[in-house]
Amino acid sequence: MGFLDINNVTKSYGSVEVLHQVDISVEEGEFLVLVGPSGCGKSTLLNMIAGLEGISSGEIAIKDQVMNGVHPSKRNIAMVFQSYALYPNMTVGQNITFGLEMHGVPKPERQKAMNDVAKLLQIEPLLARKPGQLSGGQRQRVAMGRALVRNPDVFLFDEPLSNLDAKLRVDMRTEIKKLHQKLGTTIVYVTHDQIEAMTLSTRIAVMNGGYVQQLGTPKEIYDTPANLFVASFMGSPSMNLISVGVKAEGDTIYAETDNSEGETIRLAFAQPSAALKAHDGRQITLGIRPEAITDPEGADRNSRHIETIRNMVEVTEPAGSDTFVASTLGGKECIARMRADADVGPNRIADFAINMEKAVPFDPATEARIV
Amino acid sequence: MAVASAENAVRTGRFTRTFIYLFLLLFALFYLMPLLVMILNSLKPLAEIRGGNMLALPKQWTIEPWLSAWSTAQVGVEPTGLKPFFWNSIKMVVPAVVLSTVMGALNGYVLTKWRFRGDTILFGLMLFACFIPFQIVLIPMARVLGLLGLAGSTPGLVLVHLVYGVGFTTLYFRNYYAAFPTELVRAAQIDGAGFFRIFWRILLPSSGPIVVVSVIWQFTNIWNDFLFGASFADLDSMPMTVALNNLVSSSTGVKEYNVHFAGAILAALPTLLVYIVAGRYFVRGLMAGSVKG
Repeated sequence: MGFLDINNVTKSYGSVEVLHQVDISVEEGEFLVLVGPSGCGKSTLLNMIAGLEGISSGEIAIKDQVMNGVHPSKRNIAMVFQSYALYPNMTVGQNITFGLEMHGVPKPERQKAMNDVAKLLQIEPLLARKPGQLSGGQRQRVAMGRALVRNPDVFLFDEPLSNLDAKLRVDMRTEIKKLHQKLGTTIVYVTHDQIEAMTLSTRIAVMNGGYVQQLGTPKEIYDTPANLFVASFMGSPSMNLISVGVKAEGDTIYAETDNSEGETIRLAFAQPSAALKAHDGRQITLGIRPEAITDPEGADRNSRHIETIRNMVEVTEPAGSDTFVASTLGGKECIARMRADADVGPNRIADFAINMEKAVPFDPATEARIV
Repeated sequence: MAVASAENAVRTGRFTRTFIYLFLLLFALFYLMPLLVMILNSLKPLAEIRGGNMLALPKQWTIEPWLSAWSTAQVGVEPTGLKPFFWNSIKMVVPAVVLSTVMGALNGYVLTKWRFRGDTILFGLMLFACFIPFQIVLIPMARVLGLLGLAGSTPGLVLVHLVYGVGFTTLYFRNYYAAFPTELVRAAQIDGAGFFRIFWRILLPSSGPIVVVSVIWQFTNIWNDFLFGASFADLDSMPMTVALNNLVSSSTGVKEYNVHFAGAILAALPTLLVYIVAGRYFVRGLMAGSVKG
């Protein structure tokens, strides 16, 4: 049993099931991020943990106490909303202490708790102001203060950074992470931004169409995506998905595809598995992250298996720290991530080093990873 | 919020501007004419009015007609003036306005933030109250008041106006609260506030403009109502409007026009006062939600 248990939870509206058999166990102090495109059910799941939406079947337990049907205020949770949901008629101080007041905490304690939280979040000068007089970032802090002051078992964040501008978003992201490291609280965080998910979480649940597609650490999700959806959703630029033919020769298994010149390219798999061998002679989808395709000098020195191919460069996109290079592989556009000073230019043949250790094979029929 | 001001007005030339002002002035005078006649004649002795020139200034200024209308004029059989009926109206209007506004606010709150199956149908049915002509309900209402033992009493009138007003106030508050973020209600729920506390502490403090609209609307309608007052009140609960009618249309004795004018102004004074005090908010409240500002 974990700290927060979501056991076989489903949610239906009438006959339409929008969440299917979700099963997640969160340990104390974990930072779980629910990520997925809009309409995937991630906010519904969060609202169900909060008690704002009913549970159609299954159960949700916090600290081994089943929470089905328990009122939101009795679950010892706190929530930060996308719109911050600060009470417009109250000052910042009143906003922060409202929950304590509702729970009958005496005034001196409320004041103390408010001062502690204000100090932690550096919002002391704002306590007498109304939410309407605050900037977006300040409102965000107040909303977090309102959650923190309750000292809850579980924090719920519903896309808290999506209303901030790009720079502030990155700053607040770091701040949330710092806060989590400092306080060690259990957090469930909903976002559609895969970078937020990667940077903040200790574990990620990637959701789509009401199903949890994959649950794992950021590294697991990124390096070994369970299916094509997770592979293409996580990572920016997204994973290159190339159609290749499988050819087994002795102990070695090759992936065969064409470069832009129509020449056949053979890439040997780093980990030839039995499952892969079973696909001998068939077409599969090979997923390679852009950073696994580099110029030969920039290739990962620790990798035990690097294949070098020659291919025509179509477009280069210098991004400052790296240069993204687009070429055609297997009839599809393929993005490579090269060093900023790599010697490549459009309409020239260049060498590409492919780190086959990082290549992930998928079955195009089931869309699942071949293991 | 969109408020008319010189800054966002269309720019015009001097000639057009003069024309506009002249036109507006003319209309203002036209509309003010009846009030002027009423005020002038309420300050004259009766003999001057009988003299024939209603538009002339009083030769002899007097407030006697006002005093008479307020406290000594013959209303029906008793020489009481309008005073007791003024208080009757107040006793009817205040509870009816307060109750219908509070109930409208609660209805609006439930219909937007505590949705339930069939809530839109229920709201649609409540809206019927805004369209049913008063005359249709006279007889059924008389029966209901009789059954409740409230016939011919101020509480009876309060009930009638409450029932009729709640449709309007519900409409106002529902539309106002529909634009109120539901996340605030959810946040308050997680903070541990219950149904009434969320209403009292979160929604109501943000409802100023729509409360003003509801109060003005209800106050003017109920204060000016004649039909229900004439139908359901007895001598002790008769509102101002009915008393004014009795004062003006008495068929015996001398027609004291100056007293009648003074009485009519007295009867219109409270609504005028409400408009002057809260009229600004009225327009703002009606506009709220219609234009994003």
